[in-house]
Amino acid sequence: MSTTPESTPGTPGTPEQQVPVRPQTGTDAAASPAEAEAKATFEATGVDVVGLNKSFGDNHVLRGIDLQVAPGEVVCLIGPSGSGKSTLLRCVNLLEVPDSGTVTVGGFEVTDPDVDLDTMRRHVGMVFQQFNLFPHLTVLENCTIAQRKVLNRSQAEAEQVARTNLERVGLSEMETRYPDQLSGGQQQRVAIARALSMDPQLMLFDEPTSALDPETVGEVLSVMRRLAKVGMTMLVVTHEMGFAREVADRVVFMDGGVVVEEGPAAQVIGDPQQERTQDFLARVLHPTDIDL
Amino acid sequence: MSTASSPSAPAETSATRPRPGRAKRRRQISIGIQAAVFVAVIAAILLAMDWETLGTSVFNFAAIGPMFPDVILVGLGNTLLYTVTSFIVGLIGGIVLALMRMSSFAPYRWIATAYTEFFRGVPALLVFIAFGYGVPIAFGVQWPIPVVVMAALGMVSAAYISETLRAGLQAVPMGQYEAARSLGMPGWRAMLTIVIPQAFRLVLPPLTNEVILLTKDSSLVYVLGLAAHEYELTKFGRDGITALGAGLTPVLVAGLMYLIITVPLSLLARRFESRSARPSRATRKDA
Repeated sequence: MSTTPESTPGTPGTPEQQVPVRPQTGTDAAASPAEAEAKATFEATGVDVVGLNKSFGDNHVLRGIDLQVAPGEVVCLIGPSGSGKSTLLRCVNLLEVPDSGTVTVGGFEVTDPDVDLDTMRRHVGMVFQQFNLFPHLTVLENCTIAQRKVLNRSQAEAEQVARTNLERVGLSEMETRYPDQLSGGQQQRVAIARALSMDPQLMLFDEPTSALDPETVGEVLSVMRRLAKVGMTMLVVTHEMGFAREVADRVVFMDGGVVVEEGPAAQVIGDPQQERTQDFLARVLHPTDIDL
Repeated sequence: MSTASSPSAPAETSATRPRPGRAKRRRQISIGIQAAVFVAVIAAILLAMDWETLGTSVFNFAAIGPMFPDVILVGLGNTLLYTVTSFIVGLIGGIVLALMRMSSFAPYRWIATAYTEFFRGVPALLVFIAFGYGVPIAFGVQWPIPVVVMAALGMVSAAYISETLRAGLQAVPMGQYEAARSLGMPGWRAMLTIVIPQAFRLVLPPLTNEVILLTKDSSLVYVLGLAAHEYELTKFGRDGITALGAGLTPVLVAGLMYLIITVPLSLLARRFESRSARPSRATRKDA
């Protein structure tokens, strides 16, 4: 149940990880969004969520969530459907606007109404359950479009970056295909390459394997595992307990819009202290034991 | 047909399921009956027709020489002109209305909704009359016929086109917009680069159908008085009835001229449809 994130896996300081410094405050970056290079103002990779509340109508989805992710850390969010995991993740890059509380990402206080969200999002990659690849663009174009339109990279440079990342996910030979010509697992790997092509400092994964055929889950998890090994900061909503246990530095169990239990993966998944956690894990890990 | 299918009729268990041979025979009987009915109906129609009169008053192609070349140069030309100009007005108006419909400023939404409901609910013929006779009364000016057609048809089609565009934009999954935003694209950029190109593919077939409808509705201009150089296809057809003594043959000619425009458009719409039918697996992501 400790909340101290101490371990940082693998080797930090890969090309994408230039500034592994704990964020201070969001005010500097927020005050001068026009100040030239966005990269310089994006301080580091950590996430700091304080007292987050979010309701959809009468449904109080998040009830005062606190969550920290240190630079280089891999945190898995687990919990039953409707527990608010995905909503919490979507509040981190403000795809959902929280009702109250603060979210600080890499020195950007994203909940500040004046903050430049587009600059913040350039540094935060997101992978969706439904992939959300752009169906009218090829695999290569999916990976270059934002580089060119947002980072103003030349076509040659964007394609080079895209090819490097497609190679990382093992899809170099698919670059001329369209998304609907790929399997679910391949599409999700392209989605990861698309996010990586922006050189993100933080990656958000929203149930990346939940929409996949079982036989393609492994290839996506393998790409994510490799990403964790090179020191990418990752916040992952997942139902893959094996992955969480093996890759996560910390596991956060949510239920009913609150954090019920959190700590090192081996502890939360291997030896949960709270009854709700124990009950959830029993159902997920041993589904065939359930008797009605 | 019913006798053939009765053995296996309601509860088809594996024990009573017909063998392949019997299913094939039943299919042959079905096709045979359909063909017999078809031949009988055609034969009845052909026998009942008064071929001699038809030859002089519907298919009397020898007598329609005087229609040419004006039916093409003026009639077909004007029909095309009226269609194209009113489509341009309709498209621009439709874009404006669709944007108003999705605006965050409520009065824009009300106005756009009221406009759309009004012009979709009123016959185009009435709009023609209103513009043809109402504008001179109201403003004391007599618009040229092409302008009246452009305004009347354009305003009616704007209502339909705005609904088509709105449906197209809303048919692009929300996840597409979110993915673009999560890559750091500003809202306008996400719309321009990701959402609108996908919506455009979706609306091409219905927009093409709208052009077909406009082509036909341009005939409604006949309720206004037309000068000879303003005649379009239908007017040519109607005048030909009295002028040429070839019965309805001129109307048949006008109809064929419409098909020259509409059939290629229809084929085009079908091609667009098969191209945009490519399924996208990017469905809406629910929170």
